[in-house]
Amino acid sequence: MLKIFLGKLLNLIPTLIGISILSFILIRLVPGDPVLLLLGERGADPAVYAEMQKSLGLDLPIHQQYFNFVYNVFHGDLGQSIISKRPVATEFFDRFPATLELGFTALLFAFTCGIPIGIFAAVKRNSFWDYFLMGGSLLGYSMPIFWWGLVLILIFSVQLGLTPVAGRMSVLFEVETWSGFLLIDSLKQEVIAEDGFEPFLSALKHLILPSIAMGTIPLAVMARMTRSSMLEVLGEDYIRTAKAKGLSEYHVITRHALRNALIPIITVAGLMFGSIITGAILTETIFSWPGIGKWLVASINARDYPVIQGGVLFIATMIVLINAIVDVLYIYANPKLRT
Amino acid sequence: MKTILLLMISIMLSTSLSAKTFVYCSEGSPSAFNPQITTDGTSNNASAHTVYNRLVDFKYGTTEIKASLATSWKVSKDKKIYLFNLRKGVKFHTTKYFAPTRNFNADDVLFSFNRQKDKKHAYHLVGGGHYEYFNAMDMGNLIKEIKKVNDFQVKITLTKPEAPFLANMAMSFMGILSKEYADQLQKENKKERIDNFPVGTGPYIFKSYKKDTLIRFTKNKDYFESRPKIDKLVFSITPDPSVRYQKLKTGECHLIIEPAPADVASMKKNIKLKVLEGAGLNVGYLAMNVKKKPFDNVNVRKAINLALNRQAYIDAIYLGNAKIAKNPLPPTIWSYDKNIKPFEFNVKKAKSLLTKAGFANGFKTELWTLPVTRPYNPNGKKMGEMMQADLAKIGIKVKLISYDWPTYLAKSRKGEHTMIQLGWTGDNGDPDNFLNVLLGCTSVKAGSNVSKWCNKDFNKLITRAKTITSQKERTKLYKTAQRVFRKEVPWAPIAHSTIYRAMSKNVIGYKIDPLGGDIFRAVDLK
Repeated sequence: MLKIFLGKLLNLIPTLIGISILSFILIRLVPGDPVLLLLGERGADPAVYAEMQKSLGLDLPIHQQYFNFVYNVFHGDLGQSIISKRPVATEFFDRFPATLELGFTALLFAFTCGIPIGIFAAVKRNSFWDYFLMGGSLLGYSMPIFWWGLVLILIFSVQLGLTPVAGRMSVLFEVETWSGFLLIDSLKQEVIAEDGFEPFLSALKHLILPSIAMGTIPLAVMARMTRSSMLEVLGEDYIRTAKAKGLSEYHVITRHALRNALIPIITVAGLMFGSIITGAILTETIFSWPGIGKWLVASINARDYPVIQGGVLFIATMIVLINAIVDVLYIYANPKLRT
Repeated sequence: MKTILLLMISIMLSTSLSAKTFVYCSEGSPSAFNPQITTDGTSNNASAHTVYNRLVDFKYGTTEIKASLATSWKVSKDKKIYLFNLRKGVKFHTTKYFAPTRNFNADDVLFSFNRQKDKKHAYHLVGGGHYEYFNAMDMGNLIKEIKKVNDFQVKITLTKPEAPFLANMAMSFMGILSKEYADQLQKENKKERIDNFPVGTGPYIFKSYKKDTLIRFTKNKDYFESRPKIDKLVFSITPDPSVRYQKLKTGECHLIIEPAPADVASMKKNIKLKVLEGAGLNVGYLAMNVKKKPFDNVNVRKAINLALNRQAYIDAIYLGNAKIAKNPLPPTIWSYDKNIKPFEFNVKKAKSLLTKAGFANGFKTELWTLPVTRPYNPNGKKMGEMMQADLAKIGIKVKLISYDWPTYLAKSRKGEHTMIQLGWTGDNGDPDNFLNVLLGCTSVKAGSNVSKWCNKDFNKLITRAKTITSQKERTKLYKTAQRVFRKEVPWAPIAHSTIYRAMSKNVIGYKIDPLGGDIFRAVDLK
């Protein structure tokens, strides 16, 4: 098993080289000059421009800029943000817990609703419920997040007044972050002593809409995936045998069918992690969620090259690593693949 | 089940905004908390107008100059020496990271100005060493010397008489920082913190900042002017304009930055909100490059001015939220010439002028459309299409061109265009900031005069107006200059946009800043 994992890790090297080149070149192909953006529209003196370009290392030939970037990455330095002047890694870890918190709740929403919906649709195959749920999941999959997010805000926040529009917690509370997860930090003793459970409830309330907006597409994928996987398993001989033995429908589905049907779902779950990051870019912008998605959008607008290339490389490494772990888990779960 | 239900109910009912916390929904994170090194409005709102004061300030809601950290000033006869008398008993903010042991004095003024002027100053290179506004307003060359006369008197000597100098002194980048704080940071070897952990004398004390999320301020109880009425000021960073509007509706924000023009009508109808409007200190225009044929011909320029249906642009592009422009100056600025006639929309006359210029069958040309949204031109492309249709009626076939914003600016500065849409928002409320920067001969080389028009008469008038301090005399000169502009029409002035601010009904004391900032020193909640 360790051999397989190491093999997977070796495969990562060309992938990461490709990603680093792509992230480096793509942002430079986008029109816009970070130096001019930094200098503003009030007019830049050519000498000041040249000086700033030099100080940012942007006067070097592009291949040299790339090699410098790679050299620094190998020395554990992802560079420094042009805008905030802080290390990219520090900026990243400041925001990552917020994205993770949102991502986990969105996935929790997707799994807890998606899997039961898929099972139900498979069991009630070709019935009204099957068509209704699968039609709904297709709709959920097709909805653009930015539009769906605004619809949720309009209904639940503006019309019904049930949830806040945006942000991570009410501005009334000042919770010092320790873990970076506000749901955890707001349960610290000193916070409870000062404001009771109000900060926790506020954080929870702020999570509802962005989690739904971000979790809708994964939910739809989970539901459809679970349904097709279940249908495949339900047609197997051993299910018929189990039924012939006189086992209850519930027992057959949960003990025999679901267990086997879940195997391909593990792969999907891994891919979902990638969709969290892409979903975060839109969801965080709409809901003013201070995570890495919003940070990347702001950095792209400001042509903050080090943040974009460093941030993308960091995210890509994580996604690729998680996919490698999922691949290994998949092999572990399915003995047929071990040879 | 019951527990879940109870939890859900308590979630829904929990938290509402407390009375004296004022939440302002801004659009982005500040790049730093020091107006000396920032140029954008977002950063200025978060530091220049909250934490800092200047020797002189703009009177709230106007572009009039008033005393601030200087109580009075004297100008020498040759208009080159300014002697400022400083206010006594002004306290710098006490924060978690700094406790002042002395009050504001001349050392702080010298520190703040010399950091920007003196390349050898210990703090000059901190934060990059780029003082964009200080350089753009040519303060480095203008100020010859800054001298401390005593603890409460500062003498500034200029290299030449410059009337807009006082207005420049009221601009954000001339904020006064604490020298004592700077010395402390230098000792601790943490100089760069000066730009991100601000200490000033302003109405609000910086408390904390969480990037892309919140900035917190508390009121300065020792503020030397009237004490702020709200206890806590929070900037809630909300980049999406439609989300800002929804937050305003639900009471999560008390005031939002510039609403989208399309939302203004529905905001006005909402009984829970109020919308303030003010004339913007800006101008949107179509400049013609007089260095290129056929725009060197004044009749061609006049014909183009006559062919443009400005009212249609105001209705379609500004959604009615602007006024037609007839001068290069906005009507809110002193010396604006009211008596100049508005431009006619007269296709027949335009055609005959074009024939007179020798272009009876028109000609082919290019028009560069503004690639960004600005208050002075919310949709350059659409306006370009409308202009294209208008000019086609007099036989001018226009090809629309655009570039990304930095390229657009860089190319236009070099004069690569023929016709170009641009605009300007005033910095300090002085007419010189429009007429000299946008139409002066020195600005042709500097690049900001994109029509490349250098008229001797016009230039003489605006140059002379710079050396006189009497506003009455300056007004006369600027009015004559506007008449020269009108005769020569190097631009087709299009519009001055209206500034809107939307807020909850319970917000009182807020005034629209003609310079576009959001200032909360007199704001309160009913």
